Amino acid sequence: MSTPETATARLTRLLTMVPWLVNRQGIDTGQAAAELGISVDQLEADLRLLYLCGYGQMPDELIDAQWENGRVFVTNADTIARPLRLGRDEALTLMVGLRALAAVPGLGERDAIERAMAKLEEATGASAEAASRVEVAISEGVEAGLLADARRAVEGHRRIHLRYLVPSRDESTERDVDPMRVVNIDAKWYLEGWCHRAQDTRLFRMDRIESLEVLDVDGTPPAEAELRDLDAGTFTPRADDTLVTLHLGRGAAWVADYYPVETVEPGPDGSLTVTLRTADTLWLRRLVWRLGGHGTVVSPPELARTVTDGAAAALAAYGIDASAPSADG
Amino acid sequence: MSSPTGPAAKTERLLNLVLCLLYTRRPLPKSKIRDIVPQYGDAASDEAFDRMFERDKDELRELGIPLVTAEIGGVWDDEVGYRIDQREYALPDIEFEPDELAVLGLASRTWAHASLAGPAAQALRKLKAAGIERDGDSLIGIEPRLGTSEPAFEPVKNAVVGQQTISFGYRTGGQGEVNTRRVQPWGLASWHGRWYLTGFDLDRGAPRVFRLSRIDGAVSVVRKAEPYTVPADHRAQEMIASTVGEQEPRTSVVRVREGRGQSLRRRGTAVGTEGEWTVLEVPFSDPYAFADEVSGYGADVVVSEPVEVRDLVVERLRGAVRAHAAVASAPTTGGAA
Repeated sequence: MSTPETATARLTRLLTMVPWLVNRQGIDTGQAAAELGISVDQLEADLRLLYLCGYGQMPDELIDAQWENGRVFVTNADTIARPLRLGRDEALTLMVGLRALAAVPGLGERDAIERAMAKLEEATGASAEAASRVEVAISEGVEAGLLADARRAVEGHRRIHLRYLVPSRDESTERDVDPMRVVNIDAKWYLEGWCHRAQDTRLFRMDRIESLEVLDVDGTPPAEAELRDLDAGTFTPRADDTLVTLHLGRGAAWVADYYPVETVEPGPDGSLTVTLRTADTLWLRRLVWRLGGHGTVVSPPELARTVTDGAAAALAAYGIDASAPSADG
Repeated sequence: MSSPTGPAAKTERLLNLVLCLLYTRRPLPKSKIRDIVPQYGDAASDEAFDRMFERDKDELRELGIPLVTAEIGGVWDDEVGYRIDQREYALPDIEFEPDELAVLGLASRTWAHASLAGPAAQALRKLKAAGIERDGDSLIGIEPRLGTSEPAFEPVKNAVVGQQTISFGYRTGGQGEVNTRRVQPWGLASWHGRWYLTGFDLDRGAPRVFRLSRIDGAVSVVRKAEPYTVPADHRAQEMIASTVGEQEPRTSVVRVREGRGQSLRRRGTAVGTEGEWTVLEVPFSDPYAFADEVSGYGADVVVSEPVEVRDLVVERLRGAVRAHAAVASAPTTGGAA
């Protein structure tokens, strides 16, 4: 946590932690801290605080917390031995999450989802109604069968053969992949795995998979295969990539939100000057053509020239000479 | 030890208050609470204690702790007392089956990378407090995740759930002008990976859809706003889909160079060949979005029909040439890149 925890946030955390520990007497300190999502130091500080609290200040009225010898015991805490009801945001996250799962095509757990939902509604009462005002759709554009096959391959450690479209190169490719996980980011499903063609981990967008065949071959990825950190999105630039400077008019300012830009400098007219790194400038050329003049490559000049040349060639296909002054321009 | 006024002392005070109010069967008068909770002894005066106690009560209620005020009766006829009813406080004792906990775990982890990660983890921990989980509890192989990178997400979510009228600066369309909107929030929905607010726009006098990433600056709750109700038949996603999205699909005719335009080939139907070109019929719904896509193929895809899309593509390509005229014609500086 970067910001210090407020007194009330800590209180809610403690009111959840006590029932959890009461039902796990003697749990290992390190394990408890890990499962509670805090450090061992924090856990011990929490237990020290609990030790001072009670419904009165007589010794038999105080909570008893012990954590010597690396095992945690919390007793005499009957008044708060049950967790507090789910708060509004707590209920909301689970209910919205369950509803999103219910809409995932080909997910086998539909029955469990419905039962969990019914019990949750019973436990939360009024919060359920408020939670219904938040909706998520995470499963557009993927076939149920494809998702189910991919997941089966991950679970069963089977190698798969993919025919996959790479739009940035405008190519259909064939490759064998040892699948590692199926992940949904910003409403799109991806398959991450060790690609034998690239000899590296790759993220495949499932709506670009043309065909997927589960092979009867062990698909355990090699030891060096690591899941990538997806917090910054699906695009991870490298330090030795080309540094590109783009000027984005107001009509193209959205680009700064969609791609991992390194710097953003706003201009007085609402335009932005951004820099980003990329190994492959083809997708960038494509992007700039789409932006139709709202986005300009400032540097490198070589890239600016390939943008112009490509656009001029495209105009020629329409019988238009780009070097001649345009009637509408 | 910690300072008597620091956050740790406050947590201790609030926890002692919760414990004694849950323990008591009869409502406790304020004077008694002051005796029981040692941290109230630090209050410099009666007034200081009163202020502290009032604030504490409010904060506990904000956390959802059902602290009630009741008349004590008896000799202290007009005095009130306070307590917390255990039955109101505690999560009902519901047993979840292992497969139910597994899907709840997945639902919780959906938020693991979003601003609601904390409440999501806390909720699951509460449900699992009584049960002993087993290792097989988690669902493997699949990992949905929701993002809430828009700064406006938190305040808008609170307003939607709490039914509070809000106002905010909103950037419109391509021009990027910001104007202030006052909205009665109805719903919040993630659609195609983006968050949208639906509601009644008080200035336009009509229902509207707002994209959260276009909210500029702070979202503020409008004080003394008229209460409102959300229409019973409101479905946020349906309203968003019909406002933002799908128009009736139409058919275009495009020429695609040999081996190129793969994504168009997948969606379209080949109707002929002309030398190295394949002629495709490709369905599209939004001419602007389709023109964007086709422009991205540069010289590899040429639109024949409709003229509307063809003109939009030409306009984009001309714009790109014009915008780069100065940069591209500049002499190359330095050596080879």
